[in-house]
Parts: sequence; structure tokens; C-alpha cells
Amino acid sequence: MSRLRFWFLVPARLWLLFLFLAPLAIVCAYSLLTRGTYGGVERPWTVESYQRLPDPLYAAILVRSVALSAAATAICLVLAFPLALFISRATRRKNLYLHLVILPFWTSFLVRTYAWMFLLRDTGLVNTALIGLGFLRHPLPLLYNDGAVLLGLVYGFLPFMVLPLYATLERLDPALLEAAADLGAKPWSVFFRVVVPLAKPGIWAGAALVFIPCLGAYLTPDLLGGGKSVMIGNLVQNQFTTARDWPFGSAVSIALMLLTLAALGLFYRRASKELL
Amino acid sequence: MSPAVTRKPGGHPRSSRTLGFYAALMYAFLHVPLLILIGFSFNASRFTLWEGFSWRWYHAVFTDADMADAAWNSAVIAVVSTLISTVVGTLAAYALWKRGSRLLSGSLYLSLVTPEIVTGISLLAFFQWAFRWLGWRLGLYTVILAHVSFSIAYVAIVVASRLRTFDPALEEAAMDLGATEWRAFWRVTLPALAPGIAAAALLALTISFDDYVITSMVAGVDSTTLPMVIYAMARRGANPSINAISALIVVAIGAVILVSERLREA
Repeated sequence: MSRLRFWFLVPARLWLLFLFLAPLAIVCAYSLLTRGTYGGVERPWTVESYQRLPDPLYAAILVRSVALSAAATAICLVLAFPLALFISRATRRKNLYLHLVILPFWTSFLVRTYAWMFLLRDTGLVNTALIGLGFLRHPLPLLYNDGAVLLGLVYGFLPFMVLPLYATLERLDPALLEAAADLGAKPWSVFFRVVVPLAKPGIWAGAALVFIPCLGAYLTPDLLGGGKSVMIGNLVQNQFTTARDWPFGSAVSIALMLLTLAALGLFYRRASKELL
Repeated sequence: MSPAVTRKPGGHPRSSRTLGFYAALMYAFLHVPLLILIGFSFNASRFTLWEGFSWRWYHAVFTDADMADAAWNSAVIAVVSTLISTVVGTLAAYALWKRGSRLLSGSLYLSLVTPEIVTGISLLAFFQWAFRWLGWRLGLYTVILAHVSFSIAYVAIVVASRLRTFDPALEEAAMDLGATEWRAFWRVTLPALAPGIAAAALLALTISFDDYVITSMVAGVDSTTLPMVIYAMARRGANPSINAISALIVVAIGAVILVSERLREA
């Protein structure tokens, strides 16, 4: 038995070594080196890159990333819960409703983000329409701010919140709701005191699936924030390209990985394991 | 499973109508932006004012040589990286199903939650470091390696979820009847996993075809992909060609999914 297993694991172990562990190890090493004169890295070894992380300029980016991700997660939860409830209660066409949620997942993320640029920019559809109808003289600055990034994040990751919520609500025993109602609970109190507590594993799973990709988002803040609403991912990219400070970029990457793992640890314990 | 219920709880006609209305709004939020984008790909005007129906932006896309090169690169990268990652991921999922390995499955999960930009820069740093000794340069194959790298975990997880419903007794029976390990895998397990493997390959294909972040970090001068072209155009400003190419991508991916659904039913 074990011979076959051994050979089957050879390619995966090569992947693990050369395309996963080695690149991570290099980033760890670079984060502890000095910036080279022409980009790249040089000795001596130092922790200077990590000491620069609390600098107000960079700390603000870290705080903004966490805040935007938390806000996006909260908004997704509020928007997704009634939708998941609707799908789980649908008696007909349930599969269609589900597929309509999953469909965006199969559509290019870049294209979906661009759709909002098309709508929101100064010459975009919203401004053109409002000016054309006489509501505005000058275009509203809808793009390139925190709000646009938040909208893009919510739009991009909403399906990840709907699906785990649907999965838990679907399995909710309707008899419990009837019992609560029979005992005199009002619909709202049935919702908040029976439905929501029972849906908690799904809520945490959805929160993990939204919060974690938001935290490492690059494309959304890059296109919709346009350099005015920068998140950690953009800082990493900037250090590796324009700024050519690989040690600092590596240190920011490590910080981002640690934040991601911390968030995963926080959510994972409370989430339904089969939904992640 | 809960028993079938005829009366849905909380099913006040009024509250369920409100819920239905709300759901319609949410579906509009999810789909209308993309539909508008596609609609304006048929606009005769360069500006965001509707001036009548036209194919001019599709004509512009199809006569653009850079776009054609990029589309070809994207297709090659997607097909090759999907083939490799599907084989590697399937073999790994099967082997880990036989007996787990905390290091390997932990790393697979970790690679799934690693932010794309971190995967991108770490592969870039690794390639640059390794190439100093080897004298190679970034190119199409570094993009393929990078795509294989992030696709393996997706494939492994989809195939593993299929294996969870596979009865190991079937394989044991084959071996009791004289099949070797390999033959039991090839003739019994693999056919049973086929739909899962196809779904995994499809996922890998679409993720690879769509990837911008990792690709842009490890691409060489001769390996520009379609998302890279779209990104560059989007940054430059309004250009209805983007609407046309977006519509084509949405239709192409839709067709691939439709065909695969048909294949699965057949």
C-alpha cells in the first residue's frame, strides 16, 4: 500500500518544498536583510524593517485594512442574512436562487471590479446620468476613496457570506421556530433569540471567508481606491515594485500573513468546520 | 434532514413578500453592474452616453494584435497549469485520503488563505534568487509554475471532498479479487472520482485564466496575459474595448461551465 502513496505524494512534496516553503523562507530571510543599493537585498542582517512597521504612515495603512475588512464583513453579514433566509425558505426554484449567488464567483474578479469603475468614475454612468438629468453640474467624486473600496469589497465577497449562512439556515429545524412562536414570541424575537444563535457557526464561517480575503485584498483598493485608499496588499506591491525596498516589503508580507493567521484562528474555533 | 414541512415557519404572506422584494434587490446588486458593463460594449459612442447599437468595440478587440497575443498566452498558461495541477492535486488528495500528513495538508490550507500578493512576491523573490545561480529569466514558464502553485490546493480540496463520499470497501474488494494497488486505483477509484476531478480542473482553469495579481508579479516581458492587458487599459481610463473583452470573457467562461455541466449529466 504505502509504495503507491509514496510515489503519489512525490509531486506534491516537490510543490511543498520548491513552490511553497522555499519562497516563504526567502521572504522571511529578506525581511531580515538590508536594502541593496540598486534594489535587491544585502547583508548585514537586521530587524530594522520590522522596527519601521509601527511608523504612523504604515500603521495607518494597517489600521485602515483591518477597519475596512471588518466593515465589509459586517455589511456582508447584514446584507446576506435576509437573502440566505429567503433562499432557505424558498419552496420553488431554490437551485436557481443558489446558482444566482454562485454565478459571480465564476465571473472574472477583475471584470467585476472594473464594472464599478465604469459606473463610478467622473465620466462613469452614474455621474453622466445624474448630470444628464440635471441633478448635478459637476461629477461627484464617487471613485478613489474608502467608500468605493468598501463597496468593491462587499460586492466582491458577498457570495462567500451567503453560502455558509444558507447552509446553516437550511438545516434549521422549523419546529423550533414554531415552538417559539407558539410560546408567544414575536417574529423579531424569534429571529434574534432563536434563528441568529442557531446560525452562529455559519455566521463565523462566513465572517472568516469574507474577512480573510478582504485583509489581503490588492486589486479592489488598487482599482477603486486609486492610491488614495491604500491597503496592506498595495503597500507590499509598492515596496516590491516602485519603492524597490524588498526587505521592508517582505516584513510587511510577514505581518500580513500573521494577521491573516490570527484572524483565521479567531474565526475558526467558532465556525462550523464543515463550512470552511 | 428535517421532515418535509408544508407550512413554512414565519411564513407570513406579508413578511415573505418583503423578503422576496429584498432578495430581488440583492440579486440586482450582484448582477446589474456586470449587465450594464456588457450592455455598453454595444454602444456606438466612446463615451458613456448611449448613441445606438454597434459592433465597433468587438471589431477593435478582434483586430488588436496585443490582445490576441495576450489571449493566446492566457489560454496556454491556463491549459498547461490546469493539466499539471489537476494531476498533482488529485494524486495528493488520494494519497492523503489513504493516510494523512499534517505538514502537507496544513500547507495546502495555508496556501489557500495566503493573500495573493504575498504568494506573488514570494514566488518572485524565489525565482529571482534561484535564477541568479541558473541564469534564467522570468517568462511564460514562471507564470505557469506560479499558477500550478496556487491551483494545487484548490484541486486537492475539491477532490478530497469527493473522496469523503467514496467507500474504501470498493477498493478493498478489487484488491481481494486480485487487483494490484495501482490497478484498483486506476480501474475503481479514479472513475468514481472523475466528476470531482473534472470540477476541480474547471475551477483551476477559470482561476488561472482570471488571475492578475500573482501573474503580474512573475510575468516576463514576453508573457503578458489577458487580465494584464485589461488591467493596463482600465488604469489608463475609459475605453469601451474593455467592456467588449469583458463581455467575451464572461460568455467564454459561461460556455465552459455549461459544457462541463452537460458532460457531467451525460
